[in-house]
Amino acid sequence: MSLPGGRLFSAARGALLSAASGALLLFPLVAVRIDAVEKTVSWRWANLGWCAAGIFAISLAWQGRIMLGSLAGRRSDRAGEGRDRRLRAFAASPAVRRGGAALAVALALALPLASSTYQVNVLTSALISVILGLGLNIIVGLAGLLNLGYAAFYAVGAYTYALLNLHFGLGFWAALPAAGLIAAGFGLALGFPVLRLRGDYLAIVTLGFGEIVRLVLENWSGLSNGPSGIANIPRPGLFGAELGLRGATIYLYAISLALAALAALVVFRLRESRVGRAWMALREDETAAEAMGVDRTRTKLAALALGAFFAGVAGVLFAARTTFVNPASFTFLESAMVLAIVVLGGPGSVGGVVAAALVLVLLPEYLRPFAQYRMLVFGAALVAMMIFRARRPAGRPPARRVP
Amino acid sequence: MSATLSANAAASRPLLEARGLCVDFGGLRALDGVDLQVTGGEIAALIGPNGAGKTTLFNCLTGLCAPSAGELHLLPPDGGRRNLGGLSPNRITALGVARTFQNIRLFPAMSALENVMVGRHARTRAGVLGAVLRGPGTRAEERETASVARGLLAKVGLGAVAGEPASSLPYGLQRRLEIARALATRPLLLLLDEPAAGMNPRETAALDALIRRLRDEDGITILLIEHDMRLVMGLAERIVVLDYGRMIAAGRPEQVRADPEVIRAYLGEPS
Repeated sequence: MSLPGGRLFSAARGALLSAASGALLLFPLVAVRIDAVEKTVSWRWANLGWCAAGIFAISLAWQGRIMLGSLAGRRSDRAGEGRDRRLRAFAASPAVRRGGAALAVALALALPLASSTYQVNVLTSALISVILGLGLNIIVGLAGLLNLGYAAFYAVGAYTYALLNLHFGLGFWAALPAAGLIAAGFGLALGFPVLRLRGDYLAIVTLGFGEIVRLVLENWSGLSNGPSGIANIPRPGLFGAELGLRGATIYLYAISLALAALAALVVFRLRESRVGRAWMALREDETAAEAMGVDRTRTKLAALALGAFFAGVAGVLFAARTTFVNPASFTFLESAMVLAIVVLGGPGSVGGVVAAALVLVLLPEYLRPFAQYRMLVFGAALVAMMIFRARRPAGRPPARRVP
Repeated sequence: MSATLSANAAASRPLLEARGLCVDFGGLRALDGVDLQVTGGEIAALIGPNGAGKTTLFNCLTGLCAPSAGELHLLPPDGGRRNLGGLSPNRITALGVARTFQNIRLFPAMSALENVMVGRHARTRAGVLGAVLRGPGTRAEERETASVARGLLAKVGLGAVAGEPASSLPYGLQRRLEIARALATRPLLLLLDEPAAGMNPRETAALDALIRRLRDEDGITILLIEHDMRLVMGLAERIVVLDYGRMIAAGRPEQVRADPEVIRAYLGEPS
């Protein structure tokens, strides 16, 4: 045990270091203002000083909290553990789970009635991200196949609906399964050549696949109308009833909600099944999994096809929500966003992915008051969430109940 | 004892037959014309100095590496004769050959029970649709998988840690978990790659008893690689010796122990 004075000193030194590095990073943003019209540079050292002081204070407070915690820790640890266990047991009991689910559904159903049409639209896009996150969770989280081109399947789904509607007048409900199946076909087409690849190599190939699909859509004008995209995609109809803009938006929200719930159920059931265990076994140790009788080819292809199916369905919802598709919606950034949802939610976890999708889509919307600093704050929030999210080793699914 | 002998007599036809098996890694011949025969119901051991090709032979038998020459057949008790050459590992497992690994290869993030349940993969059928719909057939199969896995965990003495992640188990238990996982594939022939490595004498004695039980009670034929000579000499009924990829001796323990070729391989030429 060192003296409190020594620990205080080391805490102050750490805080000073944080403040210095923070000031260095913020320097171009906060201290320098370049006026391009007057061609003058003004220095705002005071601002930088305030920022550094703020970082110093926060860092010191944080370390003080840790220190106090470690002093008080031994006593409260045991009590905390017991409380934790009771809490977990409470949360795991079927009645609570069912009640919680019912409450969430009721809330989700009531939400659009109390929100503006714009808000409902945002919520729908969050639900689409939930479906995307759950789909990629099968590929990355369960089967361990790092996929950086997931937006390609999303694009295939959206364009399938757009094109089937444009050329054959197919409606939403007919396009939904068709788009899922065609996207799954693309999943298989990607799967065959990359079966033997792992980790980094697989990531590069899928990245290339995603870009190829986007570039084809951008340049094959005869098929996809190029960068200008396809407009006037109808919203889903309700037995021919005229819904109006608000009605149609709420209706699409309800459909998205139902499909997202279905997707969560599917992934949840798959995770605790023969197929899910085979995926996880392949993720953990491919050679051992094969030696235990897991057919690598079939199992991996099933994961890719199923994950792609989810993305295809999400693509149809996207096209119906925006009534317009163009290749710019399916860039690498979209793939990265979905991957961030899976990583933040915890690979393999259903609830985590749902929560992460909601947070990552809704947060930028609710950060609009920050105006031009919106994406900066979002980035900082992302970093903070990754650091402070439930502390478990990367890639480890949360503890699961087994039958 | 007499029960063991009669069981052996009943099953004393070859279960596995390898003829002229060769494996090349680039210019290196890791296995050079190995003729191996494993009789149904026996406990056989495969020994040899480091780098002799023992694990390569196991990899060959389980489809993890393809033989560059030679024949490999499994002769199940139903009288068939199945060619194993060029089959994928999962097909070979389905035919009834299971193994453990020298450097433990469990699924670390999965629980002990789930590890064993994966071993049932080749003996169960439910697909994606079954998992999603969870009909009565799937549920029954899932229940059966779990109960078989629990039974196997109890058999190897891991009943109390079924829910623990495999990575959190101590070394000796991880080795036992690998055996339980291999047993879940319902093998005719079980290949154990250095099952006693890193075990203390008490754990080794328990392993000895477990292997005997597997043969006597479950009728599983066993071929093991092992460096612990006390264990090998006491357990194995037949020993096969490899050196530089060639089979240099095979026979009963006392024969092999006295074989000058074997002594030379282990101790070098007398100077």
